[in-house]
Amino acid sequence: MSVLHRSLAPISDRAWQTLDDEARKVLKLHLAARKLVDFVGPLGLEAASVNTGRSEALKAGPHEDVTAARRESLPLVELRTDFELTRAELDAIDRGAADPDLAPLQDAAKRIARAEDGAVFHGYAAAGIGGIDQRSAHAPIPLEDDFALYPRAVATATRLLRTAGVDGPYAIALGPRCYAGLLEATASGGYPILDMVRRSIDGPLVWAPAVNGAIVMSTRGGDFELTVGQDLSIGYASHDARSVRLHLLESLTFRVLTPEAAVAMTYRNPEPARPGGPAPRR
Amino acid sequence: MANSVGYHEDEDKLSDETKDRHRAIASMMEELEAVDWYDQRVSAASDAELREVLAHNRDEEKEHFVMALEWLRRRDAKLDAELRERLFAPGSIVAHEEAGNEGARAAAGDVSLGIGSLKGGSSL
Repeated sequence: MSVLHRSLAPISDRAWQTLDDEARKVLKLHLAARKLVDFVGPLGLEAASVNTGRSEALKAGPHEDVTAARRESLPLVELRTDFELTRAELDAIDRGAADPDLAPLQDAAKRIARAEDGAVFHGYAAAGIGGIDQRSAHAPIPLEDDFALYPRAVATATRLLRTAGVDGPYAIALGPRCYAGLLEATASGGYPILDMVRRSIDGPLVWAPAVNGAIVMSTRGGDFELTVGQDLSIGYASHDARSVRLHLLESLTFRVLTPEAAVAMTYRNPEPARPGGPAPRR
Repeated sequence: MANSVGYHEDEDKLSDETKDRHRAIASMMEELEAVDWYDQRVSAASDAELREVLAHNRDEEKEHFVMALEWLRRRDAKLDAELRERLFAPGSIVAHEEAGNEGARAAAGDVSLGIGSLKGGSSL
């Protein structure tokens, strides 16, 4: 019996398969950091921390002429988000329904994907995680809503990386505002701005809904490390006659190993709400 | 550049992920074949120092095989589950298989979604 308690849930194997498949589909679309950074794991739920190799000298030794230093480590943080499905919809899956209402599961998958990516790209202080933009050795490049300026800003970012001795492939994580704008913008003559950005980027362009602005970074490896203990899993909490309460769970931490390997691009002005994003691939 | 002779389907129908997994599997096959060749030469060589050199080289191939296996494990949730279930288990391997089928099915409900790394996927 694992901490997920799945065998206690009033959910058939067929319905579990449907839930897992749906969660997998949403997560693979919405998780951005895993498309760009090194992934260590899954190490299992028992993994508790990452060795930093550092230690801190203690002022008082335990005995005369004996010194002490406390080893430093980066603890894994457990992320969990709850959701609830009606038993009627779960039963419908067993009856062969091709369109069960799994919106609460989809929303939960988006939430935990945002949480993971938010910690990686922008940090999560309570868990001791410094984000890529926070740890970057480069000053952020300011962005405007004039998308014609984007290709130059991206070229500046890759030049900063190259002159800092950071090799490519260079990738870009595009936040929703950048993504929506770039998708629509064209230069004079109708040439898509997105294609102009691609000229400076030899790695992937990634839709990153948790990112504020954009981040240009190297994907050569060895610069950013996401450590996962328990990888994303659906667990069971409780049920009654009408519904089943479940959760998505994972444990992780993240560290920037090369602060010179990323450049943040941030907006000067507050973000107007703009929905957007690619449609899920089925 | 020459395509792999190990492709059994049209190359343009294979995803980049499938091709990379093929590369890893082909490498593992080559490493294990090298282990087998060295092993036989160690067994047959009459010179003690040559046997020592060949044994050293043979064991380095094992390291290469395991590195490629670990790469594949991180990208294959089923392989990961099988390795966790069966490696380093004490007692009879066959008895573990027979006794483990029921338990493995139960445990299968407890495994993660197998998302793992998504690096190397397609760009926008």
